Amino acid sequence: MSHMIKHDVPDDNEIHIEKKFVPKDLDIDKDVSWAQINKDVLRSLDRPRPIFWVIFFAAMALFSFGVYCEKYQYDNGLGVADLNNPQVWGLYIATFIFWIGMGHSGTLLSALLHIIHADWRKPIYRYAEAMTTFSLLTAALFVLIHLGRVWQFYYVVAYPNERWVWPNFSSPLVWDATAIGTYLTSSLLFLYTGMVPDLAICRDNATGARKKLYTFMSLGWQGTDRQWATFRVTYMTLACFLMPLAVSVHSIVSTDFAVSQNPGWHITSFPPYFVAGALYSGCSVIITLFILLRYVFRFEAYMTMPILNKLIKMTFAIAMVWNYLNLIEYSTVWYGANEIAKQQLLDKMTGTYAPVFWGMVFCSTVMPFTLLIKFVRTHLPTLMVVSIILNFGMWLERIQIITPTFGHSQYPWTWTSGWWPSWVQFGIVAGSFGWFTMLFMLYCKIFPTISMYEVKEMVHDQSKMLKAKGVA
Amino acid sequence: MSLNNLIKNWTSFRSRRPYLDQYKNADYKWAMVIDLDACTGCNACTTACYAENNLPVVGKERYEKGHAMHWLRIERYWGEGESVPVDMVPDRGAQFLPMMCQQCEAAPCEVVCPVGATHHSADGLNTQVYNRCVGSRYCSANCPYKVRYFNWWQYADTAWPNPLELQLNPDVSVRSKGVMEKCTFCVQRLRESMDHAKTDGRLVRDGEVTTACAQACPTSAITFGNLANPQSQVAKKWKNQQIALEKDEQKKDENLRGYRIFEEFRTYPSVVYLERVRDLEA
Ligand code: SF4
Ligand code: SF4
Repeated sequence: MSHMIKHDVPDDNEIHIEKKFVPKDLDIDKDVSWAQINKDVLRSLDRPRPIFWVIFFAAMALFSFGVYCEKYQYDNGLGVADLNNPQVWGLYIATFIFWIGMGHSGTLLSALLHIIHADWRKPIYRYAEAMTTFSLLTAALFVLIHLGRVWQFYYVVAYPNERWVWPNFSSPLVWDATAIGTYLTSSLLFLYTGMVPDLAICRDNATGARKKLYTFMSLGWQGTDRQWATFRVTYMTLACFLMPLAVSVHSIVSTDFAVSQNPGWHITSFPPYFVAGALYSGCSVIITLFILLRYVFRFEAYMTMPILNKLIKMTFAIAMVWNYLNLIEYSTVWYGANEIAKQQLLDKMTGTYAPVFWGMVFCSTVMPFTLLIKFVRTHLPTLMVVSIILNFGMWLERIQIITPTFGHSQYPWTWTSGWWPSWVQFGIVAGSFGWFTMLFMLYCKIFPTISMYEVKEMVHDQSKMLKAKGVA
Repeated sequence: MSLNNLIKNWTSFRSRRPYLDQYKNADYKWAMVIDLDACTGCNACTTACYAENNLPVVGKERYEKGHAMHWLRIERYWGEGESVPVDMVPDRGAQFLPMMCQQCEAAPCEVVCPVGATHHSADGLNTQVYNRCVGSRYCSANCPYKVRYFNWWQYADTAWPNPLELQLNPDVSVRSKGVMEKCTFCVQRLRESMDHAKTDGRLVRDGEVTTACAQACPTSAITFGNLANPQSQVAKKWKNQQIALEKDEQKKDENLRGYRIFEEFRTYPSVVYLERVRDLEA
């Protein structure tokens, strides 16, 4: 173990001498043995420490509170959420976009990086995909929570039915339901497909009930040449399928707003803006989880600093794209002819919603620049705080997209001065974090969070590359 | 609707409304004219609407939270530069504007409803099907006039304590929590008189049916009728003001008082307002 931790920092003594021949960041230690990889990753599936249960039950308590709030709302009507006319959507839809956004990057990045052969994705993509799946599940919950008559939600789903009624295909909400459903299914499939060889490894090392589970789930994987060939093709096909799909999902979510006529929403740049925002928040969660998993499971040898560095660079780039699109949005409104949109923009910046707006500016526009500082990038606790702040900023961003438009729409009679969500809304939002944490923690203890076979490939490829350069 | 049917009718989802002479040969197109000069802001129409359409009275607390259910609301505006202390009234008085669903011909609320709970009827009404509504509130988000009201609470349980439920209009359903509702142009009255007329083998005559608000208005500020019938009061008033349903923008000149609210959004409302001209000497 100890000799692996040493390679934390890229400019380590060992490769220091041949520095000019070695690619600057060696993503992963070339000397890790394959057996060691198996051992390290499987160790993360061991019986959890007590602290695991403490956190798990805390998350569960939070979730239960959310369920209680939802029950309360279900019984009494949405009035308890203190939504009103014109503030009809509130935190539910804002948080829905937040979770959808988070659920974006995992699969999208994984598929994209797979297609362009960016190998550094290999140790981190598995948990990122799991994160995607769970946040999509959470987002789907919010669609339901937000409905006035949840019990009739299936009216929105397009399926031939005995009532002979279709949903309204011109409504972006139907596109939403379809897009999210498709994305969730294919993300799950992608996650699962990529996991099959690893499940076989788990199967070979497990006993008892777990053995049964892994045997069932590994689909008779033996690692034959034929299986690998089929596997590669399937995986690549899925990746190619998922790329455009992932881009489409958040674009479609943005059409919920862009298609409407409301000032502040009716903006052509919304789809790329939403996709950039989604990637942004997703990347910061990937960083947060990176640090947590690395610390909790002692994955220092696999989730290495050079990989983290690449992740941070990408996050920074995406943050800048997002900022740019944000600027485009504001300047279009500012120089445009729509007086109400302009007033609304001013209202956003100076009115009741000013704290939300400037909070967003601070968290998501100013904070990413701290990533340029080396200390922030290498000091993990600081980085973790920064990544959480970035993500919080993205939540604020979603609120400041939604609420000001309702509070200051076209019709002056409905201009409200202030609006504050009730404890029920906050409770449900908090509960959703509990739900996500619960799912993710369970996942970490049942399935390998690092792709073992791909890390092995990586080690192999790297020693080959070094050999070719005459270094090793 | 079967799949074939869906494919066949696909294009009709996309047709532009309203097109020229859309209601020329139609039997009915319900429309309204509201004379702001006649309106005194007495709220009789609102009250009539509450009684006719089983609207719950929500109480002060919920009203302040923005949960009021007034399908027809009287908006009060002061003239420009007339903001005065609360207990005083400016000399010229306030301006009143009764605002209800404008029954837009190209309704922004209709396109976005995921389940098609709000849709256009053949006689030009923007209808709301309570049984189909899932309560996504997207229609309200997209209605520029913000005249849609959501059932935040289960009013059926509390708003009409025994024996008040006896006052409910049996022709109108009492809505459950979680559905959206709005002005229907008193569709129950329209349907009833259309049925009567059909039995007699004729069309509804002008003045035979009217909405509760128009009926209650002491100054007859509200005129309701069938725009497809050129002899009706409404059609005449529209014509006098040189307003046509499918026209993007109204002609403006000194002698014309008619206007439709938010024409620039191309919603083609069915309600025409007549500007208030009475000025300083009022
Ligand atoms: S006024 Fe609003 S609710 Fe009525 S038809 Fe127009 S958009 Fe729909
Ligand atoms: S009843 Fe007539 S006068 Fe009274 S507020 Fe309504 S429109 Fe105005």
